[in-house]
Amino acid sequence: MIDSVSHAEQQPDTQQPFAELGLKPDEYDRIKEILGRRPTSSELAMYSVMWSEHCSYKSSKVHLRQFGEKAPKTDALLVGIGENAGVVDIGQGWAVTFKVESHNHPSYVEPYQGAATGVGGIVRDIISMGARPLAVMDPLRFGAADAPDTRRVLPGVVAGVGGYGNCLGLPNIGGELVFDDSYLGNPLVNALCVGSMRHEDIHLASAKGIGNLVVLYGARTGGDGIGGVSVLASETFDADGPAKRPSVQVGDPFMEKLLIEATLEVLHAGLVEGIQDLGGAGISCATSELASNGEGGMHVWLDRVPLRDASLSPEEILMSESQERMCAIVTPQHVDAFMDICKKWDVEAIVIGEVTNTGRLVVDWHGEEIVNVPPRTVAHEGPVYERPYHRPQWQDALQANAPTPEVITRPESGDALKQTLLDLIGSPNLASKSWVTSQYDRYVLGNTILAQPEDTGMIRIDEESGLGVAIATDCNARFAKLDPYNGAKLALAESYRNVSVSGAIPLAVTNCLNFGSPEDPEVMWQFAEATRGLADGCLELGVPVTGGNVSFYNQTADTAIHPTPVVGVLGVIDDVERRTPMTWNADSDGELIYVLGDTSDEFGGSEWAHIHGHLGGLPPRVDLQREKLLSEILVAASRDGMITAAHDVSDGGIAIAIAEMAMRANIGARFWVQDDIAPFVFLFSESTARAVVVIPRSEELRFTEMCAARGLPAYRVGVVDSGLGADAGHPGEQVIVMGELFTFTINQLRQVHEATLPAIFNT
Amino acid sequence: MSARIGVVTFPGSLDDRDAARAISIAGGEPVALWHGDADLKNVDAVVLPGGFSYGDYLRCGAIAKFAPVMSLIIEKAHQGLPVLGICNGFQILCESHLLPGALTRNDHQHFICRDQKLRIENTESYWTRDYSMGQEIVIPLKNGEGGYVADEKTLDQLFAEGRVIATYQDGNPNGSYRDIAGITNSRGNVVGLMPHPEHAVEALTGPSLDGLGFFTSAINTLVNA
Repeated sequence: MIDSVSHAEQQPDTQQPFAELGLKPDEYDRIKEILGRRPTSSELAMYSVMWSEHCSYKSSKVHLRQFGEKAPKTDALLVGIGENAGVVDIGQGWAVTFKVESHNHPSYVEPYQGAATGVGGIVRDIISMGARPLAVMDPLRFGAADAPDTRRVLPGVVAGVGGYGNCLGLPNIGGELVFDDSYLGNPLVNALCVGSMRHEDIHLASAKGIGNLVVLYGARTGGDGIGGVSVLASETFDADGPAKRPSVQVGDPFMEKLLIEATLEVLHAGLVEGIQDLGGAGISCATSELASNGEGGMHVWLDRVPLRDASLSPEEILMSESQERMCAIVTPQHVDAFMDICKKWDVEAIVIGEVTNTGRLVVDWHGEEIVNVPPRTVAHEGPVYERPYHRPQWQDALQANAPTPEVITRPESGDALKQTLLDLIGSPNLASKSWVTSQYDRYVLGNTILAQPEDTGMIRIDEESGLGVAIATDCNARFAKLDPYNGAKLALAESYRNVSVSGAIPLAVTNCLNFGSPEDPEVMWQFAEATRGLADGCLELGVPVTGGNVSFYNQTADTAIHPTPVVGVLGVIDDVERRTPMTWNADSDGELIYVLGDTSDEFGGSEWAHIHGHLGGLPPRVDLQREKLLSEILVAASRDGMITAAHDVSDGGIAIAIAEMAMRANIGARFWVQDDIAPFVFLFSESTARAVVVIPRSEELRFTEMCAARGLPAYRVGVVDSGLGADAGHPGEQVIVMGELFTFTINQLRQVHEATLPAIFNT
Repeated sequence: MSARIGVVTFPGSLDDRDAARAISIAGGEPVALWHGDADLKNVDAVVLPGGFSYGDYLRCGAIAKFAPVMSLIIEKAHQGLPVLGICNGFQILCESHLLPGALTRNDHQHFICRDQKLRIENTESYWTRDYSMGQEIVIPLKNGEGGYVADEKTLDQLFAEGRVIATYQDGNPNGSYRDIAGITNSRGNVVGLMPHPEHAVEALTGPSLDGLGFFTSAINTLVNA
């Protein structure tokens, strides 16, 4: 028996399973108030998914408003927060859209499909803006590398990201790979996509034009992913582990590839009035959002939806998160042309509804009305919570427990410093990521200018002019744990710096805010502090937030992850020919190596403390004015051809930065410790706003005078030298010499760097 | 005149734009061919690009060989039309029996993307004439099912007849028998290659310019014919 609207009116007292669907009693009462009756089972299904934390942002909304309120003045933002993805003007008539999203919970339950559909979902967000997707990146976080569950989850996640992205033909140009015990029960799988379009091709998710048709196209609807956003992504995992596999969607990248091509073709042919992808909350989300953003009404015949499983109930169809589906608003005269293009790409398409001005979203099922709601109440007027929050009591003790020499003994001798470097470069967080990244295609589309292990991914947008964009994502969650406000600023600063070292000008920000349960006031405090820090930081740096994603409930029982506000920064470069790579090259012999910025004794939350199992103290000091100056210097140096290479100094400090450069170049260099700094601090401190740059001798004066005039400290710390092997006792080898302290061959370093992940995961 | 080289787009082709770009950079004129059209548009040669044609859910390349455009290409290839199959294109050529053997899942079970050193073993084929014998080149390799397999007799014959056009150096990336990276037919007009020369045609985006030779080989031959 179908629970139609009239049935609901006649049977007002039917008990409904709102709690099982993730709704709280007061939320259920509000639905009844809105409708003036109890909801039908289909309406209840729609509200439950759309009012879930994942879709409604009910706990985060009051904090996220700051991104708008504190937004810096900019002309670059063509479409702001609230659409599928923000759109940024990068000049020459080109626009770029980019966004990062989480797929954390599904990836823990079912690593391959969870990660694969994470890529699929973010790519559809980008195409629904009218953009051609250009590249993806994946910030990933797992428990300790050698933990048994990490060995279950990581290979599946990596295979899923690769399997989907490779088959889709999108280069994977970077991301992150971080290991920390705090993610053991809650790995983080974030996915970023960037796409480009001409200004005139921007499309929005709105159902305009009364009488226009609602076309559902792409894959058939199945029983996968039902309740994914409400049951899975908006609840804490029980301590006895995940058992929610049926809520995970299953991906088909081949269908997505066809969907991309068909979508871009119908958009460019001018056949589309409005468009929306079907991701979380499926048809419920697409129809209610399109309707409330347009004329305000829509009539849908749900029984027309092509099904993979004929036994699905209307409630399930409304909630299904089957992948590779899109919804377009098309005028009646264009519908045949639209269908022809879909047919060309073997994409199934069907008219499931039409736009009305009734102010109601009406859904019929075989002639019976099963939904009749004001669409805004579903899509935009969900509950908003001012969750209580307070600073954790343990925060003071944590900050007081700094990694001073009394707490962790510091290496002093040359041998001890050398061993520290080897320990760090082989530790899972700093070891070579190529076990992961070699499973991703970074070449497809032929526009990849920079990809990992470079600091930033860079993609050429315009093959004629060389216009391109650079993107980096970063977050040191240990910093955020020690101080969420400054930790978020530090994540922004590092991402901003990574884009800047390539010579690109930072332009806009996206974010993926991964936190524990918002129902825990201490987690909520971390969230409030981090959003405040990020909003303040963006204002100070002059880069607006264009969109993002919140992932709460990354928590197993009472244990929450470290607060992890992943920040993505997008920069623009007018000609990719002038990009600055991260290291020196075969023509660099004799070129000078400088450290820009100041180094002080800052080890709270550092990689060095981490490998000693220590987390405490304060994170490094943030100085965004200095970051801005450093960025301007790096861009100017790139523009005027003053530098050969530039590399960000962050995790592991200067020692790790120069080791990474040397391994990438496979050419040696000689270094010395900067005056008046203890060698240990010089080598391993994680002070911010620093970069290592390589300068041809002919440019040294011009470059250092520029730094002096602008007030940026620059210290000469080394020289590229391919001929150090013989004197160092390693004839024929490329060698790094650190003053009187220590010497090692690049091969020695590489062996340690590259052995770690294969040793753990090739089993 | 410039050589007109067709690039076939199957549903799921991914490197078709890259192949077209490489043909342009090499001095040819790329012509888009559609899998469903039985029309070769008077091209002088054809490139079957990389990707996952029809999703490769059966065996890689197994469905593509039935595409209308492929029946024409198979027929013309037997008559001497130069055809280069890259990666998925190589798989399609094997499935179409234009080349012997087959490509199987990488022995280590993972997709692999890396800059791969190759040695050129044949400078007679239509697509390798601009290289010198024994020349070492570095071009990207990216595949999940790139392990070349054939029976011993076929392998012996391929080497004896000089039909192996390139071998992997410094490590076999996928378990290919006898390090085979690419082969040709006895006539030398059909070449299958697992690594991707179309991704090594620009200093900005590739590890080298070493891939250009495959395209210039055919283009120069066609233009000078």
